[in-house]
Amino acid sequence: MRHVLSVVVENKPGVLARIASLFSRRGFNIDSLAVGATEKPEFSRITLVVTGEDLVIEQITKQLYKLIDTYKVTDLTAVKHIEREMLLVKVSINPNTRSEAIEIVDIFRGKIIDVAEKNMTVEITGDYDKNEGFLSLLKKFGIIEIVRTGTVAIQRGTGN
Amino acid sequence: MSAEKMKGSKILLESLKKEGVTDIFGYPGGKVLHIYDDIYQSDIKHYLVRHEQAAAHAADGYARSTGRVGVCLATSGPGATNLVTGIATANMDSIPMVALTGQVSTADIGTDSFQEADIVGITMPVTKHNFLVKDVKDLAMTIKKAFHIARTGRPGPVLVDLPVDVTVNKAVFNYPDSVDMPSYKPTTKGSDRQIQNAIKMIREAKKPVVLAGGGVIGSNASDELREFIALTKMPVSSTLLGLGAYPYNDYFSLQMPGMHGTAFANYAIQEADLLISIGMRFDDRITGKLDTFAPNAKVIHIDIDPAEIGKCIASILPIVGDAKEVLKEMNAYLKKEPMEAKEPWLKTIEKLKLDYPLFYKKDTNVISPQYVLEVINELTKGEAFYTTEVGTHQMWAAQYLDHKLPRHFVSSGGLGTMGFGFPAAMGVQVANPGATVINIAGDGSFQMNIQELSTVSYYNIPVKNIILNNQWLGMVRQWQELFFQERYSATDLEGMQPDFVKVAEAYDVLGLRATKPEEVKDVLSRALKHNGPVVVDIRVAREENVFPMVPAGGAIDKMIGERGIN
Repeated sequence: MRHVLSVVVENKPGVLARIASLFSRRGFNIDSLAVGATEKPEFSRITLVVTGEDLVIEQITKQLYKLIDTYKVTDLTAVKHIEREMLLVKVSINPNTRSEAIEIVDIFRGKIIDVAEKNMTVEITGDYDKNEGFLSLLKKFGIIEIVRTGTVAIQRGTGN
Repeated sequence: MSAEKMKGSKILLESLKKEGVTDIFGYPGGKVLHIYDDIYQSDIKHYLVRHEQAAAHAADGYARSTGRVGVCLATSGPGATNLVTGIATANMDSIPMVALTGQVSTADIGTDSFQEADIVGITMPVTKHNFLVKDVKDLAMTIKKAFHIARTGRPGPVLVDLPVDVTVNKAVFNYPDSVDMPSYKPTTKGSDRQIQNAIKMIREAKKPVVLAGGGVIGSNASDELREFIALTKMPVSSTLLGLGAYPYNDYFSLQMPGMHGTAFANYAIQEADLLISIGMRFDDRITGKLDTFAPNAKVIHIDIDPAEIGKCIASILPIVGDAKEVLKEMNAYLKKEPMEAKEPWLKTIEKLKLDYPLFYKKDTNVISPQYVLEVINELTKGEAFYTTEVGTHQMWAAQYLDHKLPRHFVSSGGLGTMGFGFPAAMGVQVANPGATVINIAGDGSFQMNIQELSTVSYYNIPVKNIILNNQWLGMVRQWQELFFQERYSATDLEGMQPDFVKVAEAYDVLGLRATKPEEVKDVLSRALKHNGPVVVDIRVAREENVFPMVPAGGAIDKMIGERGIN
């Protein structure tokens, strides 16, 4: 099963290397990884998407906690949360396909951020499934290049 | 008035003193010259080894035999990389150690400067944590944190990389009284509810077995374990790293389980309905094939490291906490409401112990390695410190030595590092100056750090190296005999070994030899009486195997030689 782990770590050099090293030596796979600052300057947040049985996810969580710089690990999959990923995609177009492509971009609320004679570049934000759906519809035009940020996620607000 | 500033190298030495460090094992080099200059003027005793690997193992032996943090020091680049095997050894066995390495100056880092190696990157997977100090102002706090991390929670090695400019630059020295690390707060106190549940399970069990691991030694919980067994009257088996936690030849002792454990320990585990595992991590050398291990047993798993719980074996009842604290609390409950002995189970164990004792064929012409260990028991009464290298001799030492005391058996378990025993013995001896320290060695392993004869000779560190010399790489040979149709690839050392007596003499160390069984006792007595280091070359039966043996990946009740058949 796919899990989204939100890992708060001390904002220090080498922390990302420690996490990457942990995943490689324990044989855990990372589907995506995104790092950024948090509301507190002393911490960074790493959002990891990993796939595995519950026992594997439990081991990953414990091994992450074992790193001295790890402050908190939250499995967002277990709670209500929102996921987003940004995607930049360069797709082939010609005068015959251009309008259909633009229509698809509009439906997905994407933004065309660059257009050339034979291709255009689209920016789209959404959860992983939406982005995959978008890409599958663009396939027939010919996808030249894809750049993705990896998923970030946040827990939904509760109560007041 | 502004406080006077102090040079980084001096701050380092003063910080070490604040941590109670009295001995360091190390080797100098270009990037640690300033540190060595301060060592020259310091009352911290520095032991010059002859290879940095030995410094790490010596610090490890020092730590294992005392519980104090061992300290080793090496220069940048090759000095630092030579420490790696020793650091990895300590990491696998959860040994508190601080490794200090020189580094090129902060300005040169990343330029492939002379003797530069990214030792922080290299040791990331084999340390509990590591640090690169970039500013002399952070030095004291980093040392404080390094020692704190090394000795608390599940202990382990911490490396501190020290660029040369950090050792030269000056800062005000203020050693912090405490550390505040929001992301590092190990749990030591076990949950009271879980502890009470555990006691209930122990009372209800019919066939319980206690498994005591290195964590019992590491948390100095041997007394508490002994009391726990006295209160519960349960059989207890000690892993390789747990040997000495409980008296080896006691009525309740099942001795060692696993691949080369006793048959009765393995049979008892397979029949058990409850395992109480304390500070052990279900290594594959203990469990054999996981899904065949202890098929009828529920597991109570006591460990300070939450990541060990459920890693290999699903436990019904985990208790995260320090072995000593958890055992103390369990003992308190047991004292309030005493427990009956589980007589039928103890009778079963008695019979297993009678039916499947450790056994070897005694020979009047050839020295059996097991016999040598029995003589050592006789001469030392099981009260010496024993280190081992890795191989058949190590397993015989585990099986046959009379392990009475915690921290007295020092062996590389997890990593299985050949060349560990001799330098580790130096560390043990430095930490325990009056004690008898014996390194049980094999002829292969001993040559992996044989250069340390120079160190023990120079400082007169009176370690007794006893080589069980079969002129084979014996453990590999055993596997080749049993599983590779006797194709002895690269293991036969007959005629290729140096004369160990002459080697010892070349270093001005006493060299002795025994070739016949009747010489063993005399030679060992002489070695033990000698006021200085010794190398004893004992020519043992060449093709003696370690039995019983669970073939790799097998079930632990499917042993070869479970009755010691050779």
